[in-house]
Amino acid sequence: MSTPTATLGKQRTPVRPGRILLHLFLASMALVWIAPLAWAIYSALRPYSETSEKGYVSWPDTLNFDNFTNAFTQSDMSHYFVNTMIIAVPAVLLTLFLSSMVAFYVSRFDFRVNLALLLVFTAGNLLPQQVIITPLYRLYLLIDLPGITMSGKLYDSALGLVLIHVAFQSGFCAFVLSNYMRSLPHELTEAALVDGASVWRQYWQIVLPLCRPAMAALGTLLSIWIYNDFFWALVLISTGENMPITSALNNLTGAYFTDPNLVAAGALLTAIPTLIVYFVLQRQFVSGLTLGANKG
Amino acid sequence: MTTDITKENPEAAAVPPPGAAPAENGPKKVPQGHKRLLTRRDRITLGFMAGVPTILHIALVWVTALASIALAFTTWDGIGFDSIKWVGLQNFKELFTNNPQFWPAVEHNVIWFVVLIVIPTPLGLFLAVQLDKKIRFSRVYQTAFFLPVVLSMAVIGFVWQLIYNPDTGLINSIIGANEPGKYIDWIGDPDLNLWAILVAASWRHTGYMMILYLAGLKGVDPSLREASALDGANEWQTFKNVIFPTLRPTNTVVLVVTIIEALRCFDLVFVFNKGAEGTELLSILVTNNIIGESSRIGYGSAIAVVLLLISLVVIIPYLVATFRKERRA
Repeated sequence: MSTPTATLGKQRTPVRPGRILLHLFLASMALVWIAPLAWAIYSALRPYSETSEKGYVSWPDTLNFDNFTNAFTQSDMSHYFVNTMIIAVPAVLLTLFLSSMVAFYVSRFDFRVNLALLLVFTAGNLLPQQVIITPLYRLYLLIDLPGITMSGKLYDSALGLVLIHVAFQSGFCAFVLSNYMRSLPHELTEAALVDGASVWRQYWQIVLPLCRPAMAALGTLLSIWIYNDFFWALVLISTGENMPITSALNNLTGAYFTDPNLVAAGALLTAIPTLIVYFVLQRQFVSGLTLGANKG
Repeated sequence: MTTDITKENPEAAAVPPPGAAPAENGPKKVPQGHKRLLTRRDRITLGFMAGVPTILHIALVWVTALASIALAFTTWDGIGFDSIKWVGLQNFKELFTNNPQFWPAVEHNVIWFVVLIVIPTPLGLFLAVQLDKKIRFSRVYQTAFFLPVVLSMAVIGFVWQLIYNPDTGLINSIIGANEPGKYIDWIGDPDLNLWAILVAASWRHTGYMMILYLAGLKGVDPSLREASALDGANEWQTFKNVIFPTLRPTNTVVLVVTIIEALRCFDLVFVFNKGAEGTELLSILVTNNIIGESSRIGYGSAIAVVLLLISLVVIIPYLVATFRKERRA
């Protein structure tokens, strides 16, 4: 941290010692922060035979991607990635669709129930998942859907996971989107009303296109959250085959991923999609997180 | 198009001024412009638009939360509805007096919160303040600190196992504690494992808090800073007396997020050591009653109710404050 004495002089010298200290501090902190991941990558790049012989803290003789390819093929990882896509894509789209409708209703019309509705959604999103899991698990076992899901029930099905993701995440999204829609000028929809546009057209053709930045931010955030979900799938999916990748990882270690190097490679492989999304859409991700927080 | 004319009906959808919440009491708001009238079809559309998401949300989140409360006063083996038996406070009695895991779990949840709020939260604030100074490479630093937040808790658990593993882990390999007899069991030792996991949780939480505070700092009026500097305040004084007080809304969010995270924490511990001795948490106990060896629905629900009550103590005041402010705005 730049000390007060360094800046007290108020002469803007070109090189400020405070700044250099700050950069040294931040750079070393950043290295410490990356270290655990770097260690995982380093372990994953080394063959098990070598590390068991020389120990993990040692200079590498060989570095290759064998652990990654082995982890990917041995456990049929692509299958679990597909499972995740089957759950995450509909869940993200549906959450955005449904929560934007609620937000539209709550923010553009002065109905009496608005506040209560928004309260219910926001509070629901803040509950710990474990508060509702026991009855939810029973409910999913009770609902028979013969012919619709593979398991014949809501339990152990992708549909069940999609529904709980949508129900749970729409709380946060409705809250964020309603704040966003409120900031849009009201003349927009007024003009449309005068022209006789239906409510649906106001929503679909006027309000929704203007919400694109917020939707993009929330979409990024939701994709990563749902991809990263571990708990819902752990409880609501019983067949290992049906698990999405993040929860499957837990089963795969031990069954297929035998040594720590392979475990590291498997874990890193599951992190790759989120890392890609993060690096490509960092701005969206961060603004999604802070959109909700700023208004709080 | 407008067929359904309702002149003085309060239900008539008046387009509110931006930011307005429904005003139930006090002087009746005069709608800006002229009152808007909706067709019957529009009303039906609106009903569906609000109804479908609300029904889904309430059915899966609130009905189940209420069912948790109801089931907490019963015993049920899950086979048929006939076997549900009302037992009153029996589950709670057993939980509070006769469960060796319950009080440790409560304690661990509290420790989890205290650690997160005392170490990574101020650290995240400190990093945010530094990165807000328009320094070079700010983005690079931010990316590094924020990286763990993007990873799933499960992956974080596996990554840190590579560090804590008593045989092959980084720490024991470096300090030479990976030989039989000298083991430091970071994952299994009940005196150590919670703290080991909390290091991993803090690793993630710091970046999260940093981003929230960075967003808060962006909203601080730069003229405040200038005025403070003109008054001769140093950096610390400016922060303490000018910047930090204006961060109040962010602090509230940070507090709520941290408490909720501390109540929800599950994945990391489950991957790390399945909530073995030393790392019991309320969330783990609830889940063990579902997927664990014992399926005790009423008992598990009683633990969920404890979790619910604690979270409501946080959620209700937060929402009241948030929505009151919104109404005033």
